[in-house]
Amino acid sequence: MALIEIKNVSKTYTDEGAATTALKNVSFAVESGDFLAVMGPSGSGKSTLLHILGFLDKHSEGAYFFQGKNVSLYNDMELAKIRNQEVGFIFQTFNLLARTSVLENVKLPLLYSEVPEGDWDSLAREAVEAVGLSHRLNREPSQLSGGERQRVAIARALINKPKIIFADEPTGNLDSKSGQTVMDIIQKLNDAGHTVILITHETYTALNAKRIIRLQDGIIASDEKVTNRRQAFEKFVK
Amino acid sequence: MLLTYHFKNALTGLKTNKTRSFLTILGIVIGITAIILVMSLGAGAQNFILSQVQGLGTKTIAVIPGRQPKGPSDAAQIFSDSLKEKDLVELKKKSNVPNLAKVMPVVFGGETSLYENNTYRLTVFGGTELISSIFDLAPAEGQFFTEDEVKSRANVAVIGSKVKEELFGAGEAVGQKIRIKNLNLRVIGVLPKKGQVSFFNFDEIVILPYTTAQEYIFGIKYFHRLIVEADGEKNIDTVAEDVRLTLRNAHGVSDPDKDDFFVQTQADLAARLGAITTALTLFLVAMASISLFVGGVGIMNIMLVAVTERTREIGLRKSIGATNNDILTQFLIEATALTVLGGIIGVLLGAGLSLFIGQMLQRFAAVPWPWSFPWLGALLGIAVAASIGLIFGIYPARHASQKSPMEALRYE
Repeated sequence: MALIEIKNVSKTYTDEGAATTALKNVSFAVESGDFLAVMGPSGSGKSTLLHILGFLDKHSEGAYFFQGKNVSLYNDMELAKIRNQEVGFIFQTFNLLARTSVLENVKLPLLYSEVPEGDWDSLAREAVEAVGLSHRLNREPSQLSGGERQRVAIARALINKPKIIFADEPTGNLDSKSGQTVMDIIQKLNDAGHTVILITHETYTALNAKRIIRLQDGIIASDEKVTNRRQAFEKFVK
Repeated sequence: MLLTYHFKNALTGLKTNKTRSFLTILGIVIGITAIILVMSLGAGAQNFILSQVQGLGTKTIAVIPGRQPKGPSDAAQIFSDSLKEKDLVELKKKSNVPNLAKVMPVVFGGETSLYENNTYRLTVFGGTELISSIFDLAPAEGQFFTEDEVKSRANVAVIGSKVKEELFGAGEAVGQKIRIKNLNLRVIGVLPKKGQVSFFNFDEIVILPYTTAQEYIFGIKYFHRLIVEADGEKNIDTVAEDVRLTLRNAHGVSDPDKDDFFVQTQADLAARLGAITTALTLFLVAMASISLFVGGVGIMNIMLVAVTERTREIGLRKSIGATNNDILTQFLIEATALTVLGGIIGVLLGAGLSLFIGQMLQRFAAVPWPWSFPWLGALLGIAVAASIGLIFGIYPARHASQKSPMEALRYE
């Protein structure tokens, strides 16, 4: 059973009467442990796809099976629970809470989980350590570099030990060196067993993945294995 | 757990946006301050009035000429000359009012007094020798006039401590003559410092036989009041009823609705004045509530702004597993934390101001003003503030909770 399977998924937005189709009959499956990059120019529908796969948006037609179960059968509460426990998000703009310490930012998903409060601190420290930021625990986001901020966001995505990590242009706001560091960490997470779905428009970022799907105008243009995969540095092995 | 977390968060938010938070809760602060102030002063006024009324003693009854006004439009005090000497005679008859212990006619009015080059505006109070026992007065110097001096319209006066100070300064008063309306009065006594007792300030008063005051100062043949004292507190209602019947009989009135006088016990007076202060307090509280409503709208407005500003935060929280209820709770707690903080500040300000005003009244107006922390008002104020947070916070909070996570995340 594939971890994720979508069949003929379409998404149509209606804005002021005009209908725009962002995805047309997209079908593919992602196995557990895979590292998939979704590429495409802006407007190709890759963000829409990520939002649907990440339970942030609903598809208009077709079917989405998560761990074999049709996602349309979940209600809002159940979807929130899945987002909390099965999924971690990494955003292009980090989305950290301002004036909130690294430790508190990383703890945030636990607030909505059933993890007892007594365990929050140790779990958060563990996650921060996994991204190599233990020396920044009490800093606030404004005191961190872009790369460090994204690593905090990764620690936050990790804390609930999700099955899948969704990364939406994680290097888009970073210089190439910080971007590489972030991608190294994401590769390591994949090696540790997290399934990763990465959205990017940069080929060299996509080459961190094991498989690349290219979208063009809402349909899959190509779906191929990566042969010349970029090797991560051993910096953050854990 | 979630509640304390959100509460701490809300307080952090308040601290980071100090100016905005302060301006936001200002309406609530003002409203609660006003309510606490009004309630506290109202309670103080009530205590004051009760203490004043009780200063006259609970055994006394006042008979007032004229018809008791039945409503605001009722022309009051028509038969204002209805109480006369013959009524006094009737009331003194044991067969008419068996439980009557004392009865004293009273006339009073404002006049100017003169001694050498000093003038002083005071209250002329005409009574009988019974005044010292009814009002529990004993002269600090000299003595009161006697029954005989009342009968003979003697030109004698007992003056209040302030009157002595104003007219004689440090000099001797007893034995001197003061002048009121072409009448020379020999000062035979000076009252001790007494202050306000039942609407008369005995420091600014001159007491003389009512006969003298009627004849030479006011030029009238009737009384402004009859003060009746019962022989015991338990007989007060019997005495009041006997007084009514006696006077009705003497005045030839058969229909109680056409009475040309009314009888007021101290309990009646206390209840009446209490009702007035309560009504006034309620009215002012209602006015202050308008400020609370305006404050609530301010809270709603600023919470809507906050929700819009924090759209991405809402999106993020939803993407990591917050349910609609979690977001709703978060924003409701923030709104309530704001208003409760405003409520606490308002309670403290209101209590402090009422204490201050009470102290001022005590110091500069010599009004005894018992003050106590308005616990009931404080509880009420904070409860009202919290409900304002909940009521006016619910709309922005719902608005926040229903944002689609995807759209919220993409909001710029």
